[in-house]
Amino acid sequence: MYVAVKGGERAIDNAHAWLAEERRGDTSVAELSLAQIREQLALAVNRVMAEGSLFDPDLAALAIKQSRGDLIEAIFLIRAYRTTLPRFGYTLPVETGAMACDRRISATFKDAPGGQVLGPTFDYTHRLLDFKLAAEGEAVEAPTSAPRTEPTPHITEFLQGEDIIEREPSSDAQPGDLTREPMAFPADRSVRLQSLTRGDEGFILGMAYSTQRGYARNHAFVGELRIGTVAVEMEIPELGFAIEIGEVELTECETVNQFKGSKTVPPQFTRGYGLVFGQSERKSIAMALVDRALRWKELGEDNLGAAAQDEEFVLSHSDNIQATGFLEHIKLPHYVDFQSELELVRKLRREAAEAVEQMAAKEAAE
Amino acid sequence: MSDYNFAYLDEQTKRMIRRAILKGLAVPGYQVPFASREMPMPYGWGTGGVQVSAATLTPEDTFKVIDQGADDTTNAVSIRKFFERTAGVATTEETEKASVIQTRHRIPEAELTEDQILVYQVPIPEPLRFLEPRETETRKMHALQEYGLMHVKLYEDISQHGAIATSYAYPVKVSDRYVMDPSPIPKFDNPKMEMAAIQLFGAGREQRIYAVPPYTKVVSLDFEDYPFEASKADHPCDLCAAEDSYLDEVILDDAGNRMFVCSDTDYCRSRREAGHVGRLGEEAAA
Repeated sequence: MYVAVKGGERAIDNAHAWLAEERRGDTSVAELSLAQIREQLALAVNRVMAEGSLFDPDLAALAIKQSRGDLIEAIFLIRAYRTTLPRFGYTLPVETGAMACDRRISATFKDAPGGQVLGPTFDYTHRLLDFKLAAEGEAVEAPTSAPRTEPTPHITEFLQGEDIIEREPSSDAQPGDLTREPMAFPADRSVRLQSLTRGDEGFILGMAYSTQRGYARNHAFVGELRIGTVAVEMEIPELGFAIEIGEVELTECETVNQFKGSKTVPPQFTRGYGLVFGQSERKSIAMALVDRALRWKELGEDNLGAAAQDEEFVLSHSDNIQATGFLEHIKLPHYVDFQSELELVRKLRREAAEAVEQMAAKEAAE
Repeated sequence: MSDYNFAYLDEQTKRMIRRAILKGLAVPGYQVPFASREMPMPYGWGTGGVQVSAATLTPEDTFKVIDQGADDTTNAVSIRKFFERTAGVATTEETEKASVIQTRHRIPEAELTEDQILVYQVPIPEPLRFLEPRETETRKMHALQEYGLMHVKLYEDISQHGAIATSYAYPVKVSDRYVMDPSPIPKFDNPKMEMAAIQLFGAGREQRIYAVPPYTKVVSLDFEDYPFEASKADHPCDLCAAEDSYLDEVILDDAGNRMFVCSDTDYCRSRREAGHVGRLGEEAAA
């Protein structure tokens, strides 16, 4: 017999308790500490900081622990926390040219001032499972040397010296902020870049890959990829000058792309730009490719109808917190709507059956 | 949760949302963009409605939350709990006692009054979205009142199916100007939208707020020869015998037995308390 679906509140509480128990797992296994996550799952922490738009490795580690390693869930926790934080002001733009680089490579020049520094990369590892890690291996110590002291200028500066790459228009205008103003189209480049750097790594990767495979192909050279820390400075009104308030780790990618020129612009190289919190190499390269693809209009290129050229398509669907929320909401009850569809389909079927019957009766009569 | 401001959102954010609400009331049916915040519940689960409620609630309010017409569905429970915790407002399941009602997919059966505000959760605020996916285009279409595409869609339904094949989120025209999505309420509820209460619509993920002021003309789109028809299951409620309420269909066994019950749980309860008994009402009470 029908039993009213009561007790939703108790069901929710019990589900949460079960979740907490599952999160901890087998209690005979030692619990993860936040420091362990922060130090040993650093790239997961980086992704959560990048897409959560909040640079705080400890909070990101907490979010990863709380979300049982579901990174989108962790990003969601960080985003929801972030919106409640008061804003004291805006920092000065960071100087990535003055970055203390752990890694800095260029695919366009064999060598350049600042050198090629591989840094801690997976690039040339052979992807063989290392079973030593399963047996609590010893801590590995890498060889060290004195840090390079020479400056590490951006590679694109050398091209700019020859005037063979487009100049970035300099501007002191306040960049847009999609967390404070609703997204509107067309979006300017600052908002596009903000949206891409917060966007889902998998989505941006797929979009970038599609441009490489021929959907609005624009061959990109990685002019430069650098990872390291930069100082964050803020002007303090009481002091009247800027002071360093901390540092953040960033990955910056500048691509150099072919451009045949247009009626108004002679042939030259153009740029795509990627900048992401933490060591997030794949994301920053993908971001640069998508940024470049989205610039077709300002560069006077053809709209080839490719997804990666379509600003509204890319920016409306890159946010994984929006996407996952809307996708998963179809789990919620929809029985009112479904009921109305049931009635409609039954009615349409009834009418269709009646029409067939009438037809048959008419034919029989004839 | 005392670390958070009243009703969770900070005052600046609430002011921004109130400005959008006022603009929405001034231009009925127009979708006002607003800088939706990330809420501690997922997009698509009522963040728009929650933000509108947060900006609307005062400490003196009595708050009711329904989902599918019911107060005890899980997400309604979750949202009610959220405001109990962050705003400490009184809550109720009784439609008459509520001053603010947040809803998903239904309009209560009891007639609302001038002292009430109905807040809808909206997934896709753009009624033209499934005809034209681009926001840049649909905004133009609204500006020019270019609604031909919608009428063509309804006409094609009739030519293919002999009827308009839209049973919920049935488009309406508000105050003879904007075509508006009433949110995914069954079309049975559409005629109720000309009401005494203020109706506010919040779409968090899509960053839009819109509104229908009290006693505003709301017309469901139709044709003279195919007039709009508010439909429901052709049964009385099996618990309270109501003939005028929207019904949910419940599967009783694997022999094809069904029962129909009011989707508005408060309406059904109050009728049963007043002595109305449906076909299976005695059994259910036992």
